[in-house]
Formats: sequence, C-alpha cells, structure tokens
Amino acid sequence: MTDLTASQIHSADAVPARSRFPVHIAVFLAPALAIYTLFSIYPLIDTIRLSLYTGDETGARSFVGLQNFQTLLSDSNWSGQFWNAFRNNLIFFLIHMVVQNGIGLGLAMLLSLPRLTGGSVYRTLIFLPTMLSVVIIGFIWQLILNPLWGIAPSLLKAVGLGSLFGPWLGQESTALLTVSLISVWQFVGIPMMLIYAALLNIPDDLLDAATVDGAGPFSVFWFVRLPLILPTLGVVSILTFVANFNAFDLIYAIKGALAGPNFSTDILGTFFYRTFFGFQLQVGSPTMGAAVATAMLIIILLGVLIYLFGVQRRLQRHTF
Amino acid sequence: MTKPHPKAFLRRAGQLLATASVAAAALAFANAASAQTLTIESWRNDDADVWNTKIIPAFNKKHPNIKVQFKADPPTEYNAALNARLAGGTAGDLITCRPFDASLDLFKKGNLTSVNDVKGIENFSDVAKSAWSTDDGKTTFCMPMASVIHGFVYNKEIFDELKLTPPKTMAEFHAVLDKIKADGKYTPIAMGTADQWEAATMGFQNIGVNYWKGEEGRKALIEGKQKFTDPAYVDVFKELASWAPYMGDGYKSQKYPDTQNLFTLGRAAIYPAGSWDVPIFRKQADFEFDAFAPPVVKAGDKCFISDHTDIAVGINAKSKNVEAAKTFLSWVASPEFAEIYANELPGFFPLSNAKVEVKDPVAAKFVGWRGTCESSIRNSYQILSRGTPNLENELWNVSAQVMNGSMKPEEAAKKAEDGLASWYEPHKK
Amino acid sequence: MGTTVRPGRIAVHIALVLYTILALGPILLILINAFKTRRAIFADPLGLPNGQTWTTIGFDRVFANSDFGLYFFNSLTVTVVSLVLIVLIGAMAAWALTEYKFPGNTLIGLYLAIGIMVPIRLGSVSILRMMVELNLVNTLTALILVYVAQGLPLAILILGEFIQQIPKDLRDAARCDGVSEYRIFASIILPLISPAIATVAVFTMVPVWNDLWFPLILAPGDGKQTITLGVQQFIGQYVTDWNAVLASLTLAIAPVLVLYLLFSRYLVRGLTAGAVK
Repeated sequence: MTDLTASQIHSADAVPARSRFPVHIAVFLAPALAIYTLFSIYPLIDTIRLSLYTGDETGARSFVGLQNFQTLLSDSNWSGQFWNAFRNNLIFFLIHMVVQNGIGLGLAMLLSLPRLTGGSVYRTLIFLPTMLSVVIIGFIWQLILNPLWGIAPSLLKAVGLGSLFGPWLGQESTALLTVSLISVWQFVGIPMMLIYAALLNIPDDLLDAATVDGAGPFSVFWFVRLPLILPTLGVVSILTFVANFNAFDLIYAIKGALAGPNFSTDILGTFFYRTFFGFQLQVGSPTMGAAVATAMLIIILLGVLIYLFGVQRRLQRHTF
Repeated sequence: MTKPHPKAFLRRAGQLLATASVAAAALAFANAASAQTLTIESWRNDDADVWNTKIIPAFNKKHPNIKVQFKADPPTEYNAALNARLAGGTAGDLITCRPFDASLDLFKKGNLTSVNDVKGIENFSDVAKSAWSTDDGKTTFCMPMASVIHGFVYNKEIFDELKLTPPKTMAEFHAVLDKIKADGKYTPIAMGTADQWEAATMGFQNIGVNYWKGEEGRKALIEGKQKFTDPAYVDVFKELASWAPYMGDGYKSQKYPDTQNLFTLGRAAIYPAGSWDVPIFRKQADFEFDAFAPPVVKAGDKCFISDHTDIAVGINAKSKNVEAAKTFLSWVASPEFAEIYANELPGFFPLSNAKVEVKDPVAAKFVGWRGTCESSIRNSYQILSRGTPNLENELWNVSAQVMNGSMKPEEAAKKAEDGLASWYEPHKK
Repeated sequence: MGTTVRPGRIAVHIALVLYTILALGPILLILINAFKTRRAIFADPLGLPNGQTWTTIGFDRVFANSDFGLYFFNSLTVTVVSLVLIVLIGAMAAWALTEYKFPGNTLIGLYLAIGIMVPIRLGSVSILRMMVELNLVNTLTALILVYVAQGLPLAILILGEFIQQIPKDLRDAARCDGVSEYRIFASIILPLISPAIATVAVFTMVPVWNDLWFPLILAPGDGKQTITLGVQQFIGQYVTDWNAVLASLTLAIAPVLVLYLLFSRYLVRGLTAGAVK
C-alpha cells in the first residue's frame, strides 16, 4: 500500500523522467551503506579470506584452501578444544534461554498486571544492571563470591544455608553455571522489557472476554496471552542466541583467556581470542584465528537460518 | 509527543559533532607531532611510577634530548595488544620482551632487530642472553634487564608466635605446615588456583627445581632423556597435591590478588612467592616478613633455585628512531640502570655482570641464594612450548587441577608428556 | 491473578521487591564499601560507613594516579557522536528502505541483517590495518567509525518499524504541495522519530559506552582511553589495593547511574514504544 502510493506520487513529482534509480534514494542510502560496508562487511570478508591462508615463521602467508578448517575439525589438539568451547557455548546459551528468558517472562507478567503501583520504578531499577559495563559486573561478582571477602558465605549463613557455599567460580563443575548466571543477572532486563511491551500490546477486551467466559488466570495466560506473545519470544530467543555465541567479555574479565579450571568456561569467543592473539608462551596465529572466527560466523548464520526458516515462519510475523 | 525538543536536540548534536570532529583531528595531529619520542611497550603496569619518576629522569640526565614515554598494558593483555599493534604498525619504538619463544617469534617475523652491535651487550653472559637469542646463540634481539627468583615468603610474627623456624627440607616444611594448621588461627599456605599460573610457577616451577636438579633436568627434558612421567616430575605433582588441605577456604576460586591480600592482611603464614612480590608486600604488609629458599627433598641435597630470566627490552624494527633506541638500550646495559632497577624494584634482579647491592633485606636474601644454590630457569620456556598443545598452558592447567584434586599426579604427568610427545621429536618414543 | 484482592497483590510486590534487591544489592555493595577503610571492608563488608570507618583514600588515589575526567569526556564524546550519526544516517537509510520501492530493496535489507548477527570483532585485524592506513589509530574518530558501522543495522531496523507507523497523510500532503523528498525527510520525518531515539540509544549506546575491545586495540594510547578501558587498566595496576579498586568502580558506575535515572523514563518508554504503538 505505502509503496504503491509513494511510487505513484514519484512519477507525478519532479523526478527526472524515467531515471532508473531515483537520486534521492541513493543519497539517503549512501552514507549508511558506505560506512557499514567499509568498516563492517569488508573486515569480515577479509577475515574469511585470511582463514584460507597459513603463515610460516617469518609471517609470510601462503594459500592453503580449507586446510585450516581440516586442522580445526580433525587434529585432536584443535578439535578437542573447539568442540569443548562449542559445547560450553551451547550450555551457556541454554542457561540463558531457560533462566534469563524465564525470569524475564515472569517479571514481565507481574509488571503487566493492571493497576500495579510502582510498576515503572521496578522496571527502571531491574533494568539498571544492563546499563553497566561487563568489566564492572565481572569485577563486582568476583568480589561478592570471593571466599576471602566472605559476603556470599555470610549472606548464606544468615538464611541458614551456609553449608551450601563453595568456591563456585573455581570448581570445574560449577564455574560455567556461575558465570552464566552472572550474565543472566546482568541482561535479564532486556527480555523483560521486550516481553512486557508485547504483553501491553494485547488488547484488553480480549482478556476481558476470556475472563467473562470463565477462564481462570492460568488459562488466560496459557491460552490467550502466551500465544499472542510467541513472536516476541521468538525474537528474544534469536537475540539471546546471537548475543551468547558472540560473548567474550565477561568470561575474559572473570576467568581470563585460558578460561579455567580445565577450560570448563571456555566458549568460542575466548577460544578465538587465544588462537588469534596467543597466550603467555603460546604464539598467536592470525590464520588459525581467522578460521575459528569463520567457524563462529557459520555457526551463528546456521542458527539464524534455522530460526528464520524453521521457527519464525510458523510464528507468522515478518521482521523485514 | 515532545514538540520543540527534537530540533533543539539536533542543533545541539550538530554543534557537538562539529566540535568533536575538530577535537579528533587535533588529537590525530598531536599524535603525529610527537614522533621524536621513544615509546616503551610493557606489561609491567605495576612499575609505571618507577619508570616515570626514577628511571626515565635518570636517563634524561645523561641524554636530555631523547624523550621517553612508558606505556603499559595489563600483563594478561600485553601479548594480544602488542601483536595487534605490531600488525597495525602502531607499536612503540621499544618493546619489552618476554623470554624465549614469544620474543623469538617476534624476531623471526621481523618485528625486532638484532642488538648484537649495541654497545653494552658485552656486559651480559651467554646464560643471561639465552632467553633472547636465536637457537644457535648467534643473534641476540633484546637487551636483558632482569630475572625473578622463586622462593617462599613467610610472616615472621606468626612464625615467632608459633615458635617455628624456616624449613630446610620437605619433611620440615610439612612439619611446619602441620603445626600452623593445628593451631588453627592462620591459613598455612596462601595460594589459589583460580588464575592457574600461580599453581604452575609458584608451585610446580618453584619447588620443582630441587626435584629435577635444575639445569641438569631441564636440559635432559629438552634432549628427550627425561620425561614428565619420570618419578622426579610425578613427585613434584604429588607434593603439590599434598598442599590442598593447607590452603585457604575456597582456594579454588582465589585469584592472585586475593592471595596477596590474604598474606598482607596477616591471615596466612607462608606465601609461595616470586621475588617480584617483595615491593608490593613492602607497601601493604604491616608486619615483618622474611623468606626461605625452596626446601630440598632430603637433608644434605644440593639446593637449586628457579632464577628465571624474565624481562628484556628490544627495538621495534619499524621504529623511526633506531639510533635513539640504541642509545637507550646501551644505557639499560649500564651499571647505573642495574643499580636503579634493582633498588627501585626490589625483586627484579639485574642480569648484567655489574656488581649491584640490593638494599631491601628480603630481596637481598632472594638474590643471595644465587651464591648458595644453583640457578636454573623454568623448564617449559625454552623450545618446549613451541608446539600445539602449548606446554606452558598445559602445565598451568594440570598443576591447578592437581591442587584442586580433580586430577591425580600421575595423570597430570601423563597429560603433559603426551601433549609434548604429540609434536616434539625427542619425546616421540 | 489480576483482579484478586490484596493478598495476591502483596505477594506480587514481595516478589518484585526481592528481585529488585537482587538486581541492586551488588551495585550498592560496591558503592558503600568504596567509602570504608581497608580493614573495615574486610571486617564488615555489609556495614554502612560510619565515623570510624569513613575514608575517601581510594578516591584520592584514583584521582592522583589516573585521569578519570578525561576518560569520561572521551567516552561521552565517542558515545554521543556515534549515537547522533547512527540516528541520522540510520534514519535516512530506514526512510529510503521503508518509503520507496526500488530494485534491490529487500537485498539491501538482508545485507544489513548480516551486521546484526555477526560481530565486527571477528574482523578486528582488518579494521586495525585499515585504521593505520587512514592514519586514525589512537583517535576517537576510529572508534566512532567502527561503532557507527556496528550500530547502523539494528538502528535501521528499529527506525524502519517506527517510520512505518507515521501516518501517511502528512507526507502525502507535503508531496502534493511539491515539497522535495529531502525536505519531507528533514522537516517531517526526522522530528517525528524522536521517540525512537531512546530505543536506538538503548541498543547502540550501551554497548558503545561499555565496550572494552575496540578501545584496547584502536585507541589504547595515553589520553584517548575510554572510561571502560581506563577502569580496566587502573584495576590491573592497583588490583591488590581494594580502596582504589572500589573507588574506581564507583567512579565508573556513578555517571551511568545518574544519567540513567535522569533519562530512564525516556529509555524505558523508548524500549517499549517500538512494540506498543
């Protein structure tokens, strides 16, 4: 509709007769496309190109085709680390999906209750941690969980759970979960806000009608509200996926590039960093690093494609 | 919604944009104009004050026309940031060199120049230069600055209170630990495994030299005559595993700074140390502390210390101020620099042949062990960390795991050996 | 759930209050301990500073040993300039993509979508090389260019949805009066999208303000650090000195806190507006 009227008016307008591509559209698009292509797409393509090369001792590069990827996936020294990072990343993502988006949904439900006093205050305060730098968040939580300072143990003791405390960030079995939960704590505001907005969007008469029909609050949620916010939950999921598979800062800030203990918190971002820039005595390899980066790119694109064609189609809503 | 605002906002934004771009241009210009200055890249951000207030002014007294700027990244980010800046051509004129392969790699890639012809290089022995020379020993590419020595620092007041004497053998060491633990007021060993490197350097390398007999074992390992699965190495891991009950609550998530705080707050008795800790303790501990050398395995054994060549400085091959940089390196080789460095940063011991008196008593004690014990360097640094998997990374990982109790000493030894054998010829048998 | 009497409501408030405490507690903990002596920090971490334990020694050390004012100014410059450029350039592109039908429209949309999914960080080394050739290393301009490129795709998506919701009559009327497309954009569309600025701000400004990676690689030099990098470097240097560490964290948090509380109404409205209207 829009486009129709717009183009009709164009032809009536002073646009030079039958020029194939209207100048003003080009003018509107040019700055964005130029900056974006130059500083985002080109570097990415250059990285993919680099992944097809290898460097020798002197740094001279030669073309090797897909050999880096073969090394990455079949040489046990590389593939072990790669799949370990991938698996950890997947766990990291699943924890966010369940805990972060679950809590976000719950908070949004509470906040969207009609005539809730102080709703905007809660919203504002709960969203606050999202505004802070990951570096700061990482440091704050390290201090709190620090056995030397003893805040977490004394708080647990105060509620009678003192025996539950452990050096969570340092144990292989709990480190990844702990780091994930810190990240959840920081970013729960985003799903909360998006879902909250979607809930507000549901027309009141729909809910009223359901209530009049005798539906209890639970069935109103399950059969009326949930289906209506499914598209938003889809968007939230894909945002979470992309953000989690790009994550790096928090784990780097808390556990360092070696992502210990025993690589139990190593995700693709830290693996990429270590490979690319090296670590302590390990010399960095730009070409292997580029291969890891390209692999990450492929994983993210695959995830997004699965979402677009497998999930979003069924949700019947178009983002573009 | 808000009618008058947008325009005002945009106007203001426009002004800001204009001023900002002018400011950015000015900043870029200022950057270009200061090209005559020598910039030092370093990971020693702890030392920034000493460089700025002591070392550089002393240099400028002799060479007033060469400006020097000290620029440090956090140690964990140094390698990455330096490599990125070298790749981008924006690294400083002088590059602080890590020992062995990290720097050798920079030299081979053409990022560092040879310093064979720099005056003052003759003040260093071959051993001192070994960490920054090519494998054939012919070319040196960084001017050695200092080494660090491992040992144990202890809280003298706690030792006096519990009537303890510094241990000389491993058996005595354990007796001391048991007494502190039995008393219950203090944590016997201040150490954590969260950062992993503490376990490898303050633990494995610190006490290990006495097990593998210093240079003898280190060289045998490189030649393939010894393996990590040999009893000497397994015993080191066994010893580390036995420390777990003496370490503080939650040592698994205790990081290096926590460890330092645990000791300087007077809550722990013994701190497996690197000599670089001494100046920090001087500043923060309000009690008297002293040091003892790594205990020997049996009474009467010869003692060894890890006297590790740690830090040097080289010239960026792309520097536009090579002559000034060489002048600076010559000065770094001089006794004057050694004197300042050793006493402003007690715990970093000069490598040059110049006789330097270390004034800090604890630091002096560390360096004094050079006279009574034999020096060696960390066994993973030369050659052995060249392949994948990286031996140093592996040692961090397995040492921390052994102390965490999630890996048996034999398993740790086997993992290190297997990793090495997977790429290093002399160990493939 | 919705219309039950008091008890249900009280439970809702208890749940929300508890979560709010969980969200704010850790931050408050840093703020109160920044004003206590080293001994008090360790002895009684949860206590408020009192006459005996009050100290500002950490702040003195931070101000003596670093240039927080400058870092703050750098961060502010980078963030504000990036945001203005993103909104302006992004709105132009979003307008073109939503308003006009032309060959390649969908293709450009997909092309931009790549930038939402893939982090530019994966292309860091190429970016650095490019900045060296442009002579922009160690300038704030380098950071701004990267952040604009990084923020544009999502901004175009958000602004596009917004522009779609602007009533058609306005611009159609203008077109009938013979107003040029540029004027329509500048004097009708641009003022009307101001509510969306808040939405774009949340999604682009926050990551820019908090970014550690690109300052570390592109502008680590003296005097051009952003506040996040400044804090990271400062903590790296004074990590055992908890007074200084807590003070530097407080200084990094405080301005964000103040700005956020001042503008939170717009931010929250902007975040929910995209879907609500």
